[in-house]
Amino acid sequence: MNIDAAYLVPLPVVIPLVTAGLTLALWRVPKLQRLFAVAALALMVVVGATLLVAADSGALVMHLGGWDAPLGISLVVDRLSALMLTVSAFVLLCVLLYSLGQDIADGAAEAPVTIYYPTYLILAAGVSNAFIAGDLFNLYVGFEILLAASYVLLTLGGTGERIRAGAIYVVVALVSSVIFLTGLAVTYAATGTINLAHLAQRLPEIDPGVSLAIQVLLLLAFGIKAAIFPLSAWLPDSYPTAPAPVTAVFAGLLTKVGVYAIMRTQTLLFTETRLDNLLMILALATMILGILGAVAQSDIKRLLSFTLVSHIGYMVFGIALSTRTGMAGAVFYIIHHIMVQTTLFLVVGLIERRGGTTNLDRLGGLAKASPGLAILFFIPAMSLAGIPPLSGFLGKLGLLQAGVQFDEPLTWVLVAGAIVTSLLTLYAVVKAWNKAFWQAPTIELPQERLPRTMVFPTGMMLVAVLGLTFVAGPVYGYATRAADELMDPSVYITNVLGGTS
Amino acid sequence: MIDTAPSIVLVIAVGAFVISGVYLMLERSLTRILLGFILLGNGVNLMFLIAAGRAGNAPLIGNGEESGWTDPLPQAMVLTAIVITLGLVGFVGAMAYRSWQLNGHDEVQDDLEDRRIARLAAKNAPAVFDVDTDTSDATPLDDQAAGVRDETEDDSEEETESRNGHGVDDAQRGGDQR
Repeated sequence: MNIDAAYLVPLPVVIPLVTAGLTLALWRVPKLQRLFAVAALALMVVVGATLLVAADSGALVMHLGGWDAPLGISLVVDRLSALMLTVSAFVLLCVLLYSLGQDIADGAAEAPVTIYYPTYLILAAGVSNAFIAGDLFNLYVGFEILLAASYVLLTLGGTGERIRAGAIYVVVALVSSVIFLTGLAVTYAATGTINLAHLAQRLPEIDPGVSLAIQVLLLLAFGIKAAIFPLSAWLPDSYPTAPAPVTAVFAGLLTKVGVYAIMRTQTLLFTETRLDNLLMILALATMILGILGAVAQSDIKRLLSFTLVSHIGYMVFGIALSTRTGMAGAVFYIIHHIMVQTTLFLVVGLIERRGGTTNLDRLGGLAKASPGLAILFFIPAMSLAGIPPLSGFLGKLGLLQAGVQFDEPLTWVLVAGAIVTSLLTLYAVVKAWNKAFWQAPTIELPQERLPRTMVFPTGMMLVAVLGLTFVAGPVYGYATRAADELMDPSVYITNVLGGTS
Repeated sequence: MIDTAPSIVLVIAVGAFVISGVYLMLERSLTRILLGFILLGNGVNLMFLIAAGRAGNAPLIGNGEESGWTDPLPQAMVLTAIVITLGLVGFVGAMAYRSWQLNGHDEVQDDLEDRRIARLAAKNAPAVFDVDTDTSDATPLDDQAAGVRDETEDDSEEETESRNGHGVDDAQRGGDQR
């Protein structure tokens, strides 16, 4: 059973990459392009779910080409990876359906942007590759794949505004890539390996100063990707300019890949020098300053981008606690946040379509004009703010409990900060709600119904967000088991280095 | 065991590449940033060669003693990194060209919305105008306060006026609704 499932491990990367090539070759036949893209992502969801079940009874390890671990490239799917793979595949599928619906509604179905589907699939491959990477260099390659695809998607169409925002995004991402690469070179020079499991054995043996330097380099690189406070200024500037589905998938997935990488390296490689206090202070700053930025915004896309930055702080908080409960809370929060943030950005795309703008000064009267849209916005917004019984409340509760259990002055400060952030998030989204849905309309709303093809995928995401509340028990249980695995690096090491597969 | 003492030439080269790369990346023009990225990338690629230790024989079976071989793994990594860098250089070059096509220059520009919000914050004005920020004389309270405080600053007069105008519109809207 276990050995069979291990052969599924490379599929989340192979499927989208092959399909990307196919769709590029089929650029003259948009119908087939769409069909293949949807089929590939649906298949990824199935593979992800299978891995999710299989990984629960032990991590799956695949040594590519039959080369054993320290030498060859190993792909590892443990509970955390499987969870991330499944959720990201589902989100990618929903967003793809949404953009497809947009194409159909706009009548662009016969002549879509040729490179959109291939690039999107490559993004999917990059995200999956980062999640299953068993060595640092493969993680780097995963990052580069998804970043290169994201550059193209962000500057799609090459309009002035997108080029302006894209330039900032690309330059910042290039810097983080160079820092990551430097970290890799230093790591290899110091330890002679880049395999994560092997590194976990060797890093404690080297000079602690060098180990700290490696840790800081990696944290810097991942921190830029994850948009942790002093490194987060690029995000609210660049994301809102992209097309709605692109922003949605970026907001949902890209920052979480950075958080995942931090989680992986912090728990596996740097178990002795954890820099937990530094991370906690950064988490606090990310939460508070991010949400204060959101409160000040008058554009709903920018407002949500700032809440995105702010809520990264919660996940970093969970990681910095470095307890089992904290890590479990962080894992659950990542899942919740991917879903909610993506849904919100998809809904904003609908709001822009129905109301003609995303500027809160000019939006208005949408509750009357489109009650369904109001529901689509309200539920994920309340979940983001953490209103019980929605999943955001459960995630925050888990993290706060973990913080209280830790019982140190700094964690109490963070607990307080997390509550304040949660309240300010409520303030920010309620402000958006009041302006967009309840305020008297300032402009004549176009008498246009929202296309079903776009509403349906958003509805799918909404059902998933609500569903997460109902199945929170099992998901939290899974997250806790994932945290167990993370907190005990020896399991990972024996799985990869002493594995029998 | 492989001799890991790095060659001084490589160390100096890495230093020179990284210094000039960082310097260029701090510029505003995309073309210079691109050149900086190339230099920086090459500097980091050379770091991998340092990581590989002293150069030796090609690592092929039958090519002398194993202990005399060069470590091949960093070279594989450098090769991948070079390919990635090449692709990104192509993309940034295209973007710089597009920026030049659209704007006549290729400078990385500031975020205008951010500036606008910062100006509002400096004047302590509300980010969003609403019925409840209006007062009876149709001027938002915060704007009045900002106006009073800003009397000493000549250059912000114009800004305040345009804001007040907006407030009037808003109040009328609110009135209509009621």
